[in-house]
Amino acid sequence: MLKIDNLHVKLEEEDKQILKGLSLEVPAGQVHAIMGPNGSGKSTLSYVLSGRDGYEVTDGDATLDGESLLEMEPEERAAAGLFLAFQYPVEIPGVGNMTFLRTAVNAQRKARGQDELSSGEFLKIVRAKAKDLQIDAEMLKRPVNVGFSGGEKKRNEILQMAMLEPRMCIMDETDSGLDVDAMRLVSEGVNALRDAGRSFLVITHYQRLLNHIKPDVVHIMSNGRIVKSGGPELALEVEENGYGDLLAEAG
Amino acid sequence: MTETTDLDVREGVDRETVETVQNMGSYKYGWDTEIEMDYAPKGLNEDIVRLISEKNNEPEWMTEWRLEAFRRWQTMTEPKWAMLNYPEIDFQDQYYYARPKSMEEKPKSLDEVDPKLLATYEKLGIPLKEQMILAGVEGADEAPAEGRKVAVDAVFDSVSVGTTFKDELAKAGVIFCSISEAIREHPELVKKYLGSVVPQSDNFFATLNSAVFSDGSFVYVPPGVRCPMELSTYFRINAENTGQFERTLIIADKGSYVSYLEGCTAPQRDTNQLHAAVVELVILEDAEVKYSTVQNWFPGDEEGKGGIYNFVTKRADCREARAKVMWTQVETGSAITWKYPSCILRGDESQGEFYSIAIANNFQQADTGTKMIHLGKNTRSRIVSKGISAGKAQNTYRGLVTMHPKATNSRNYTQCDSLLIGDQCGAHTVPYIEVKNTSSRVEHEATTSKVDDDQLFYCRSRGMDEEEAVALVVNGFCREVLQALPMEFAMEAQSLVAISLEGSVG
Ligand SMILES: Nc1ncnc2c1ncn2[C@@H]1O[C@H](COP(=O)(O)OP(=O)(O)OP(=O)(O)O)[C@@H](O)[C@H]1O
Ligand SMILES: [Mg+2]
Repeated sequence: MLKIDNLHVKLEEEDKQILKGLSLEVPAGQVHAIMGPNGSGKSTLSYVLSGRDGYEVTDGDATLDGESLLEMEPEERAAAGLFLAFQYPVEIPGVGNMTFLRTAVNAQRKARGQDELSSGEFLKIVRAKAKDLQIDAEMLKRPVNVGFSGGEKKRNEILQMAMLEPRMCIMDETDSGLDVDAMRLVSEGVNALRDAGRSFLVITHYQRLLNHIKPDVVHIMSNGRIVKSGGPELALEVEENGYGDLLAEAG
Repeated sequence: MTETTDLDVREGVDRETVETVQNMGSYKYGWDTEIEMDYAPKGLNEDIVRLISEKNNEPEWMTEWRLEAFRRWQTMTEPKWAMLNYPEIDFQDQYYYARPKSMEEKPKSLDEVDPKLLATYEKLGIPLKEQMILAGVEGADEAPAEGRKVAVDAVFDSVSVGTTFKDELAKAGVIFCSISEAIREHPELVKKYLGSVVPQSDNFFATLNSAVFSDGSFVYVPPGVRCPMELSTYFRINAENTGQFERTLIIADKGSYVSYLEGCTAPQRDTNQLHAAVVELVILEDAEVKYSTVQNWFPGDEEGKGGIYNFVTKRADCREARAKVMWTQVETGSAITWKYPSCILRGDESQGEFYSIAIANNFQQADTGTKMIHLGKNTRSRIVSKGISAGKAQNTYRGLVTMHPKATNSRNYTQCDSLLIGDQCGAHTVPYIEVKNTSSRVEHEATTSKVDDDQLFYCRSRGMDEEEAVALVVNGFCREVLQALPMEFAMEAQSLVAISLEGSVG
């Protein structure tokens, strides 16, 4: 599904290399986790994959089902099935959460040549999915992320993901800031979406999330590269011993 | 799509619209028999003023009133203080009176139609709405289940072509008709109130209007009556090289209420067209008027060619205690906008509100704002202005708040936000504040920001294209004002925001 090959990325504005030959492959239906110290480039990777401005790819490629993502506009990547749950979801004053969701869903449907959802259909779906995530009607009316608590913002990202039904879901520290119950809700939401045709790339600092969302592969990222990949036990190792030994071992 | 197809569509649209207009009583007004020519001769002199008056079958006093204004106007000079740049207007090179052309002559002008304009109208749904509204269809499809009625007075070029729901309004005692009809049928009201808010000599453009206005709308709501439906005027400039000068007079008698909508469109022309309207609102004790405008005159093309010069004087006089007025405007069109809907808060405890969205894209220039003149005790005013500039446009908010010595314990709150899209446009805020007593308070807040890249990226990462993303963010920025609009207009205004910002990014 997602294939990242020797990706080199620097900042557009300054001469700072952030990704330094990152390679990674997530096959269809699998869940991969990325762990790594602060500043190792995890969020940068997620932004570059979804097409944010300000980065320059100096080498390598990233493809979704064989199609290079790097040439596409962000909205084309979204229409192709890529989704990023932001580490820091953005506030949009004055725009109702429901309006935002509906505009997004219909934009993607249009891009795929499908009919727009009627307001009735849309409302039914959004209410059901919001209920699963315990997002109340009040929050759906409020402006996007404005005044939402940290945990509410994260749940709202998962609601968007559930509505858009992407095939490749990237989640950047969705678990940070969630209380125990919210973590369970979000994990259930993600697990409900797990499907042979859908893949996940889950960026996290904590093994705890991975108890709920069982990964197929765990990657350790450091200084712009994947330095080690393994099974779920790798996450346990990080949790217990930190990155020190792993990084030393990787050289 | 080939050009022929475009023209066919346009032809169809025009035919339907014109037919609808004709079906609703054009014959009653006698265009076809009475009038042989489409235009009065070009230029302006006392004869033209007399001709306009004569065409409207006006009584002598009205002709004199116009002539007085005309003589005054000849002594005046065009104001230059606004932050607007435009070539000298040759007032003798204009037609001051035009009747809508007949169907047979229509196709000639079809060649001039830009497919882009057609696309804009289609997107807006204007042709359909135009028909519906003109035919007096109940509510729009977005309207709530019961469907709200809107009574419409349609003004094509300089002539009112018909007013809907007249009988139903008459039952409630509400007079809603063209101003020329009011001059003939209700001279006592017109004599008493015309020019009482915007005097003949008020300013260059208002004085010109007083001399040459050819039509417009008139409303009188009697004491204690809540107008049973929204009233609306729909202005459309069709004829070329024709100045349009409508005059609107609304009187809300004691304890009454009326909500009034004003919509404007004009086809694309290479030359600039002059529009100088006057709107007067007289609001008596405990009465309330809501006046909403969605202005979508042709703004000129991407190179700044053509477009309407819009010089408008709008003023509300809250003449008695607890009178209330709310101006809401969405200004997206016109090459030049010079417009300051104002509130004279004369009655004690009277209230004035002004909500404005002004969008300027490409080479548009907007200099708009409001005046809040506090004369009575305990008066309140509130100004919320949202200016959006894109392309090479210049957008100026100009506002005056004065608290006179007798306006004790009065309050004003002004919030003035500017949003910039791109780096070649400008936003300017020019507040004038005068407080001449010690118990009143004026608060002013202003912000200027750029469209936030993170917001746009967030929207785009969810699948919206750049224009959709900008429209969404800008609509959010304008929300407070959009919410002040009646439902039927809010939807139209939202899509207008999107359309007028097309091509502003990327
Ligand atoms: N626009 C920028 N300007 C300057 N430095 C940047 C910019 N974007 C990223 N960086 C730097 O690149 C490095 C990687 O940042 P990134 O946010 O990708 O890290 P991360 O792995 O997500 O960290 P965390 O675990 O703290 O979220 C950091 O050193 C960061 O300071
Ligand atoms: Mg990060």
